[in-house]
Amino acid sequence: MAFHHRPDAPELPDFSMLKRLARDQLIYLLEQLPGKKDLFIEADLMSPLDRIASVSILKRGRERHREKHQSAASCTPCTGDMPASKQHEVDKLYKVENKPVLSSSEQLCFLVRPRIKNMRYIANLVNADKLAGRTRKYKVIFSPQKFYACEMVLEEEGIYGDVSCDEWAFSLLPLDVDLLSMELPEFFRDYFLEGDQRWINTVAQALHLLSTLYGPFPNCYGIGRCAKMSHELWRNLEEEEDGETKGRKPEIGHIFLLDRDVDFVTALCSQVVYEGLVDDTFRIKCGSVDFGPEVTSSDRSLKVLLNADDKVFHEIRNEHFSNVFGFLSQKARNLQAQYDRRRGMDIKQMKNFVSQELKGLKQEHRLLSLHIGACESIMKKKTKQNFQELIKTEHALLEGFSIRDSTSYIEEHIDRQVSPIESLRLMCLLSITENGLIPKDYRSLKTQYLQSYGSEHLLTFSNLRRAGLLTEQAPGDTLTAVESKVSKLVTDKAAGKITDAFSSLAKRSNFRAISKKLNLIPRVDGEYDLKVPRDMAYVFSGAYVPLSCRVIEQVLERRSWQGLEEVLRLLNCSELAFTGGTKDDKAPSESLRLILVVFLGGCTFSEISALRFLGREKGFRFIFLTTAITNSARLMEAMSEVKA
Amino acid sequence: MDCYTANWNPLGDSAFYRKYELYSMDWDLKEELRDCLVAAAPYGGPIALLRNPWRKEKPASVRPVLDIYSASGMPLASLPWKSGPVVSLGWSAEEELLCVQEDGVVLVYGLHGDFRRHFSMGNEVLQNRVLDARIFHTEFGSGVAILTGAHRFTLSANVGDLKLRRMPEVPGLQSAPSCWTTLCQDRVAHVLLAVGPDLYLLDHAACSTVTPPGLAPGVSSFLQMAVSFTYRHLALFTDTGYIWMGTASLKEKLCEFNCNIRAPPKQMVWCSRPRSKEKAVVVAWEKRLMVVGDAPESIQYKQLTIQVLLDRLVLRRLYPLAIQICEYLRLPEVQGVSRILAHWACYKVQQKDVSDEDVARAINQKLGDTPGVSYSDIAARAYGCGRTELAIKLLEYEPRSGEQVPLLLKMKRSKLALSKAIESGDTDLVFTVLLHLKNELNRGDFFMTLRNQPMALSLYRQFCKHQELETLKDLYNQDDNHQELGSFHIRASYAAEERIEGRVAALQTAADAFYKAKNEFAAKATEDQMRLLRLQRRLEDELGGQFLDLSLHDTVTTLILGGHNKRAEQLARDFRIPDKRLWWLKLTALAALEDWEELEKFSKSKKSPIGYLPFVEICMKQHNKYEAKKYASRVGPEQKVKALLLVGDVAQAADVAIERRNEAELSLVLSHCTGATDGVTADKIQRARAQAQKK
Repeated sequence: MAFHHRPDAPELPDFSMLKRLARDQLIYLLEQLPGKKDLFIEADLMSPLDRIASVSILKRGRERHREKHQSAASCTPCTGDMPASKQHEVDKLYKVENKPVLSSSEQLCFLVRPRIKNMRYIANLVNADKLAGRTRKYKVIFSPQKFYACEMVLEEEGIYGDVSCDEWAFSLLPLDVDLLSMELPEFFRDYFLEGDQRWINTVAQALHLLSTLYGPFPNCYGIGRCAKMSHELWRNLEEEEDGETKGRKPEIGHIFLLDRDVDFVTALCSQVVYEGLVDDTFRIKCGSVDFGPEVTSSDRSLKVLLNADDKVFHEIRNEHFSNVFGFLSQKARNLQAQYDRRRGMDIKQMKNFVSQELKGLKQEHRLLSLHIGACESIMKKKTKQNFQELIKTEHALLEGFSIRDSTSYIEEHIDRQVSPIESLRLMCLLSITENGLIPKDYRSLKTQYLQSYGSEHLLTFSNLRRAGLLTEQAPGDTLTAVESKVSKLVTDKAAGKITDAFSSLAKRSNFRAISKKLNLIPRVDGEYDLKVPRDMAYVFSGAYVPLSCRVIEQVLERRSWQGLEEVLRLLNCSELAFTGGTKDDKAPSESLRLILVVFLGGCTFSEISALRFLGREKGFRFIFLTTAITNSARLMEAMSEVKA
Repeated sequence: MDCYTANWNPLGDSAFYRKYELYSMDWDLKEELRDCLVAAAPYGGPIALLRNPWRKEKPASVRPVLDIYSASGMPLASLPWKSGPVVSLGWSAEEELLCVQEDGVVLVYGLHGDFRRHFSMGNEVLQNRVLDARIFHTEFGSGVAILTGAHRFTLSANVGDLKLRRMPEVPGLQSAPSCWTTLCQDRVAHVLLAVGPDLYLLDHAACSTVTPPGLAPGVSSFLQMAVSFTYRHLALFTDTGYIWMGTASLKEKLCEFNCNIRAPPKQMVWCSRPRSKEKAVVVAWEKRLMVVGDAPESIQYKQLTIQVLLDRLVLRRLYPLAIQICEYLRLPEVQGVSRILAHWACYKVQQKDVSDEDVARAINQKLGDTPGVSYSDIAARAYGCGRTELAIKLLEYEPRSGEQVPLLLKMKRSKLALSKAIESGDTDLVFTVLLHLKNELNRGDFFMTLRNQPMALSLYRQFCKHQELETLKDLYNQDDNHQELGSFHIRASYAAEERIEGRVAALQTAADAFYKAKNEFAAKATEDQMRLLRLQRRLEDELGGQFLDLSLHDTVTTLILGGHNKRAEQLARDFRIPDKRLWWLKLTALAALEDWEELEKFSKSKKSPIGYLPFVEICMKQHNKYEAKKYASRVGPEQKVKALLLVGDVAQAADVAIERRNEAELSLVLSHCTGATDGVTADKIQRARAQAQKK
């Protein structure tokens, strides 16, 4: 039942090169500040850093054998191999947080995201030193790039001359063999809510890096304003550095760029494939998860890396949750049988068994018990809040029946204060699938919500409206007037001319019509067999094919947007879909079955599972690049305003 | 062919030399060279002559003339000298002529006699006048060293990036040194000077005495010194007719020679043939020339690269020749033809007699979209010549909009620059332009400009949110964006204000804004929040405990948990809490208190709007089966089975399900039948099912 690829499926490119590149660049940057130094790392960067370099690599310098200092980051032992003469000598590690700094080092290095609050943190520190008459060397390393606004703040705070700035262009972290993440969760809010386009350049740079390393992309498709702008910027970069990729054979035949706002629905659904469910329940962070005592059945938490290297996880990650338990118990029985073989063994066989098999079995045993523990914990949590009811309501919303019942369900959900984020998610799902709430519900649900969870969420609602996630149905005629006005604006070359007031109205979701057009709700005759999925709908229990994945499937099938004009119109993307690429006739046929899908604004594990399934069916392999892994809760949290 | 050695002359014992004419000079000099200041540029560059300089013996009746010739004597420029007396001439590495005046002002001219700029060597030089000056070349560029009338040295190692350094004083120096030169060691320029029998080395910080190793005794004065072009070697000529040759670091002697001529030489220079390892010093007197050699060493001369050669052709405006060379050598376009064309275009824009239209068209016709041609560079040159309109026309040919921005800003076309920056997609560039605009325009105009550029507006707003909150408010005000203004004040009521009065006031402002935005819902909700805040404050005062910032729901819950039921009721009425919510709320709170009596009373107060299943659920959650059963009996038929199963009464659940003939419920009950105890029930259900199927 595990996910096996067809024998003719192409090999994936080796993305571990990206890790090495990032690590070497960081070490190079640290060496630019020779001698001992203390390193301050922003909390957000710790996990990504953990995945590519270890504390010992950072610390190793002249005194490479004296690693006496405790690290602030939780890092795994290092296996890296750096020349002994290098002097990246990091003495102590600190987390960037609002606490007084007790570093006694003469050199301070800050590894941060380009955020204004970080600049103020650094400025406070430097100015405090100045006041105390203390002089040290300061270096700020921005990742993945620096922004002019940050330097401006340094200047305004009067410390621009005291610090040196550098960029660590670490924008692609391979989380798995087929998954690259930019680890920029703020991309979603910055772009889709605030209209801030600064990360688009980062995306273009990342794509440029990929094409220099893995050859040009012969076929390129995209949908969404951000996708379009990223694509244009990326093309410009390629043209400027013409010749670099010339003559290189393409390794990846297709690239598909997609904006998150093309499909909010999928991201708002509860996930029921194992990896998605683990993410929804425990939050997978940078490819690993913290299993608490309730999972480890011991008194401590355990950080577990979740990727293709975990053989047990690899077999169940894409499975519908209803199959997972059965699979795991079968696996446990097999394991037991293998252990039991010991019984009839003589000394020599036993010696062999212990030296060769036992370690593997023990490892498998450990992983198995972890995932069984995780399953139990998920089941406990999900049954407690009547998960079945919730899923039923979601399916009803997707299919568009018993809207009144669903609305009452949501109201009760709010009244009972089940969870602020969950309530919000259901409201948004109702709004998007129904093209906005009818005015009466719009008012009453919001009122109820404010009473339950606090009136500061008035701001949350304002955000959701702006992003088009929670809107009020408008009378038909006014909408079309606005729509035509907006579509005129959309064609304007300078993208993004839609003012805030229009944008929420413009984003009429038309979900019902799209769903019909793209056949997103499969007709079910009899039970949908989740053990033997027949389409991508299995990731939502057979009730719904993820819109994003369906669009990708359709375009790849046609190798263009032709015939999808009506869908594009319904998606409000008539002007925002494009094709391109280098159209290389010599592209190896192997490469044409490799597809890089770029999610701008985040992608969910359900979408990844669905496309992996599609790939297996068609003999393709998908590679995923996302600004960050997301799910419904992350999406809602990004929109939510909480008290300071 | 008959005699190869005919024109070779012996030089010493083992070497021969010959003299032949490479080419003849084309110039037609009326003056003696000795009456002129002469400067020849390195690498066969141009020669500058300043005739009729300010010699004391000749009164300056005639205005001096500055002539520039090519290395072969072709006249390049001739101009009357209108400035002050010149002490020294020299060419920079970029082939710019530096004319050092007596007052310390240095005038800079181009190859074609075009005036470029001028700079001063400082006040001290101005006051004490220039006694002597040298132009020298280092790896950083070309420098100027000055010896003033006060016998002090001032130098700048790079005239392109002028930083004046006044060198330390030489102790006891009363007269001018007998000779001096600049040296360049460890990337720092030094001055070496001779005073009587002593040699001094001046660097930025100190003056130190130095002694050349192996110097013959009896020297009472140094008459000449010469440093090689690469600053590696030094030659000293003494009053005893003795020549010392060694490294410029003065650490090693290479050779020495006694020529027995005690007259001071007019000139002494190092020379060598290209790629030759041998170096020699040429010493010249009035009527005698001497070559002193034997200094083998391993120097590789950096050859004039093809790029430099092309630069030189371009500088001489020999564009077609340069292009032919590029094509012959098959140089990539970017380094070759495109670059030459770009230079040509830069020259073209300086032709003031041609109209803007024609120049722009001519340039575009010739350049098209040749790769590597930067229209913005050409436009910058046009602007430099004061042709703003031409510059704008040229910029329109620039395909990369980002490249247009810096010049547009310089030309004060900031709004156009903003559009171009936005087109480029580079947010940093947009931000740069925004800051320009902010300083350039008054606030109102600045905001108005932003209003028409949503992308820039979003960017600036994001910045303000973190760094300039007040500006953010002004922005919204300017736009009459009352909705956002309302949100702004709401945020302030949580983040900025601490006192309750301040928070309420902020909310009031927010509510007013929402009314203006015709967002009645938000306005009303905000007013409710104001009421709630005031009330919470009162509750804290009267009852103690924590109420502020709780949601309405939590406020009522807290009251019930604290036993203030009356207050809770009152609050629920005041804020019109819907019945359903109130029932959920009370149910949860009373169960948490395990106040079963009050719960039962409440359940009977009227018909439950949420049914009775929740009562069963919550009692079971608190593990009170006894209470749960009380409510199970009151649950309506739709949910009865569920309720009975919850309290563990499988048998009765089965009866109800069978009675209702509900297949889903039957399955549900069946799934709860576990172990032997429920065996009877399971059978009963199976029978009922079988019967139902028969019918």
